[in-house]
Amino acid sequence: MNMEIAMERMTQQVQSADPVEHHDSDDTKLFGFWLYLMTDCILFASVFATYAVLYMNTDGGVSGKDIFELNFVLVETLSLLFSSITFGFAFICAKRNKRIATLSWLLVTFALGCVFIGMEVYEFHHLIMAGHGPQRSAFLSSFFALVGLHGLHVTAGLIWMAIMMVEILKTGLNNRSITRLNCLSLFWHFLDIVWICVFTLVYLLGVIS
Amino acid sequence: MSIFGKLTLESIPYHEPIIMVTLAAVAVIGIVIAGLITKYKKWNVLWNDWFTSVDHKRLGIMYIVLAMVMLIRGFSDAIMMRTQQALATNGAAGYLPPEHYDQIFTAHGVIMIIFMAMPFMIGLMNLVVPLQIGARDVAFPFLNNLSFWLTASGAVLINISLGLGEFAKTGWVAYPPLSELAFSPGVGVDYYIWALQISGIGTTLTGVNFIATVLKMRAPGMKLMQMPIFTWTCTWANILIVASFPILTALLAMLTLDRYMDFHFFTNAGGGNAMMYINLFWAWGHPEVYILILPAFGIFSEVISTFTSKRLFGYKSMVWASGAISILGFIVWLHHFFTMGSSANVNAFFGVMTMVIAVPTGVKLFNWLFTIYRGRLRVTVPVLWTLGFMTTFTIGGMTGVLLALPGADYVLHNSLFLIAHFHNTIVGGAVFGYLAGFAYWFPKAMGFTLNERLGKASFWCWQVGFYVAFMPLYVLGFLGMTRRISHTDNPDWNFWIYFAAVGAFIIFAGIVLQFVQLYVSFRDREQNLDTTGDPWNGHTLEWSTASPPQFYNFAVTPTVSDIDAFTDMKEKGIAYQRYAQYQPIHMPKNTACGVLIALALTAAGFAAVWHILWLAIAGLMGAFIVFLVRAYSNGHDYYVQGDEITAIETAHLDAVAKGAV
Amino acid sequence: MFIKSLSKATLAIFSILLSGCAGGVLDPKGQIGIDEKNLIVIATLLMLIVVIPVIFMTLFFAWKYRDGRDHEIYTPKWAHSTLIETVVWFVPIVIVVILGVITWVSTHELDPYKPLKHEATPIEVEVVSLNWKWLFIYPELGIASVNELAFPANVPVNFKITSDTAMNSFFIPQLGSQIYSMAGMATQLHLIANEAGTFNGISANYSGAGFAGMKFKAIATATPEEFDAWVAKVKSHDQKLDEQSYQLLAKPSENNPVQYYGHASKGMFNHIVMQYMYMEPSMDMSQHSGHMPAKHGESK
Repeated sequence: MNMEIAMERMTQQVQSADPVEHHDSDDTKLFGFWLYLMTDCILFASVFATYAVLYMNTDGGVSGKDIFELNFVLVETLSLLFSSITFGFAFICAKRNKRIATLSWLLVTFALGCVFIGMEVYEFHHLIMAGHGPQRSAFLSSFFALVGLHGLHVTAGLIWMAIMMVEILKTGLNNRSITRLNCLSLFWHFLDIVWICVFTLVYLLGVIS
Repeated sequence: MSIFGKLTLESIPYHEPIIMVTLAAVAVIGIVIAGLITKYKKWNVLWNDWFTSVDHKRLGIMYIVLAMVMLIRGFSDAIMMRTQQALATNGAAGYLPPEHYDQIFTAHGVIMIIFMAMPFMIGLMNLVVPLQIGARDVAFPFLNNLSFWLTASGAVLINISLGLGEFAKTGWVAYPPLSELAFSPGVGVDYYIWALQISGIGTTLTGVNFIATVLKMRAPGMKLMQMPIFTWTCTWANILIVASFPILTALLAMLTLDRYMDFHFFTNAGGGNAMMYINLFWAWGHPEVYILILPAFGIFSEVISTFTSKRLFGYKSMVWASGAISILGFIVWLHHFFTMGSSANVNAFFGVMTMVIAVPTGVKLFNWLFTIYRGRLRVTVPVLWTLGFMTTFTIGGMTGVLLALPGADYVLHNSLFLIAHFHNTIVGGAVFGYLAGFAYWFPKAMGFTLNERLGKASFWCWQVGFYVAFMPLYVLGFLGMTRRISHTDNPDWNFWIYFAAVGAFIIFAGIVLQFVQLYVSFRDREQNLDTTGDPWNGHTLEWSTASPPQFYNFAVTPTVSDIDAFTDMKEKGIAYQRYAQYQPIHMPKNTACGVLIALALTAAGFAAVWHILWLAIAGLMGAFIVFLVRAYSNGHDYYVQGDEITAIETAHLDAVAKGAV
Repeated sequence: MFIKSLSKATLAIFSILLSGCAGGVLDPKGQIGIDEKNLIVIATLLMLIVVIPVIFMTLFFAWKYRDGRDHEIYTPKWAHSTLIETVVWFVPIVIVVILGVITWVSTHELDPYKPLKHEATPIEVEVVSLNWKWLFIYPELGIASVNELAFPANVPVNFKITSDTAMNSFFIPQLGSQIYSMAGMATQLHLIANEAGTFNGISANYSGAGFAGMKFKAIATATPEEFDAWVAKVKSHDQKLDEQSYQLLAKPSENNPVQYYGHASKGMFNHIVMQYMYMEPSMDMSQHSGHMPAKHGESK
């Protein structure tokens, strides 16, 4: 039996066409990016764990209850959540090859992201001016680090989105840009999930306890 | 602040003759090497064929070269420690003052683990894994090149610290509050942070890359449970990398914030909690040692089954045992600090979990034994390393279980017993494994085999030297000698300290012989050519390629139906097939982007160490711009045409046919 | 020379096996240390049940099945045996289960936080690790000493341990367990000396440049009277341990000589611990002066 197969192949003497593109295929790229997100997840988990350990260590300074303004953060949260939805719209349009619609929705997403970051910067500025900067106590260090780490990610996402928009404007929606948009979409939704954890564990629980 | 930040001419340690002589020697060697490269006009080759290469095989070789260079550096530190301790008995000061000695043991630990063992392991993985799974490259070849250069970047930073400023004086764990600004105001800890941070990111990317490779790029027919065992153990190690290295990244970032921006994560003041650092450090650090040892286990499995000319006994057990070790490796970190004052329940839990790891490890040992059983063991150099490992590592495992007993650890913690234990497992386990792999796959990578006699001589020096150097440390641990002391004053210890120093020199002879072996083998390479690509009658697909392998690895992607895929092909008579004609092969082009990004990040890291703000920003921007240029340029790949493949394949198959006669 | 040292080594190994390491953890002089030594011996013997056969089998198989011995059975395709696989999983599991039970029980018995059961009233000692020396405060006696610790043999000693610098580990190898000293918290250790003697004490966790010299002597006196004499000797020193003299002492110094404080102010230890303790906002900060960095004073 085995010999037969071997013989058959020997007689063919011509190799069949290579069925797969090997390296850097779109599917593999997406999977690789997803793996990267998992490492990012662990990065956040480490900072979350640190926050959980340090949030009581106020060193005589303010605690979460004193500084968190839920209404403000709720607006922040909503803007980020909506940005996820609008990104979804952008991606649907991209799949249907509607370039202008994709760009418009991306622009909306970008604007919502900027609102989020703007509010966060305002909050940080406000806290630091009031003497509640990250240097004040371990609690504030870990608070600024956790929220700031998320903020840095969102900022990176915004820069990426801006570049993406230029790319789509210039080269249109092709395989490459759709794969990249797909990665950015994963990234953006991931940040949304992380923020929900931040909102719940830092702000909500902080105000309650 | 000046445009050079904290950096001044005073940062060069003029007053340290040892360092200045070392620097002079390094400079001379550097100039000689550069001169030779210039003389033989090899700069182009070096740049075009190596530095910018995205070929996993070349990257693998570069990783191993990096590991060898860092081995020399790390081992010099070891010799200095051993001689210092031998000279500084009975209250004598020795020749190294504490501020120098403390840097040396820190550098030794960091270099040996992060810049010797890791690159060695990743180098072998690069070299072998894509070949073993019948792939033409890794999933992301450019990323692979970048990973290498990021690792090299960390190594460069740590070596710069020798001549500019200082290195950390904290031990390789850099526990706060000692590593905080209050107790370590110098730049040493900053070098530590940035060297580890940059290389750590490279390692994380490697993990992502190889998981994607193994899951997405296996040859048709190769099921997961048919992957060669080395690939499997590397896969587990990569899973550990992506799951644990981000913890290190976060941890170092927090220590950075503490030191640079006066945060209070781990400081004494401000409500910081140093215990958090220690927990997070070992949540990374413990998986890290399994990252080092698991691929070594894979190498031993390959070596044993090849040289007994037998299938590996208990393949499934081996795979699942590795998996069990990986998962358990994440829930034992607290055994590194039983003496912190956790409750008895917590200590007992982590102690028991640690012992549980001994079960899959023991199973592996038995499986190797039963692979030898009823085989035809050819006692080659790789086999010697394996046998040396099996006996040595067993002792290391035993002392490890002993340390996992909290009650025993209360008196053995941080003692030289601990030092002996982890060298017993890392040297006797990981390093022996890498050296076995080195001898085993060397002909595959370079096209000629290594000199057996010198290899055996080197092995015996390592093996004997290991026992002479480390068994006394067990005794010293029992005698109450703790680690990291620069001088001693206890007559009971002296004999054992001298004894250990002798051992270090025997290992030194082993390392020298290793390099002599490389030289002699290279000199006589015409007699030792591996023309068939299969010098050991191997089981797995890497042996089906030429030595060194064709740059595209496989002209035709092999179809796999057995764990020992190549043996299976040889038995069915379908190995070494000739085809009249080949399809063009899609290949990635070389790129300078990896080198440039790493260069920019090295500059940024250096700038961060010395607080040179403009350079740090310029470095980061530079890296980002190169990345963007890479992302938005086209033509990263090309097709190798059928004619070229035909020529290469015909030459190889002719050589095989000639070798077979 | 080599032969000579080799024979000396062999002799030394034997003497260790027979008598235990003089002055080390295998030569314990206190109950905790004795228990820990026994634990080490039992666990080692138990593991040797697997370790010795493995090493022996490795060498034996390698010899027996080496290439060229064609009369031996050769089974190149044999790669699975349910019986062997069961045994190789089962044997280590059994040993680990036994070791696990030993671990669980011994860890609870030897818990450093557990007070020792003993008829004598324990002595309280508060320990502070400084750069690079050990401060011992006897709160009940109102005295303190540096780098020398004394207590009567056969009387339990309760240590409360903290640090006013980097982390150290308080360890008297011949008496048994060690425990970390960390700023802002007090760890506990309970030891006893079964016989009189002067034992080496060390820091077992690296803490910086002067670490190697961070040693002390732990004197277990034969009788309570001898201990009283030691206390009287300390009390005869005028030097007083208070806020000021402590600040002086806390400055980094290497190979610090033994020092005695005839009088130690009350609450020094708590004060040292509390300076780093985080506090709820309601607590009054002003009572904690001295060590607080200035900027924390401002935030009040």
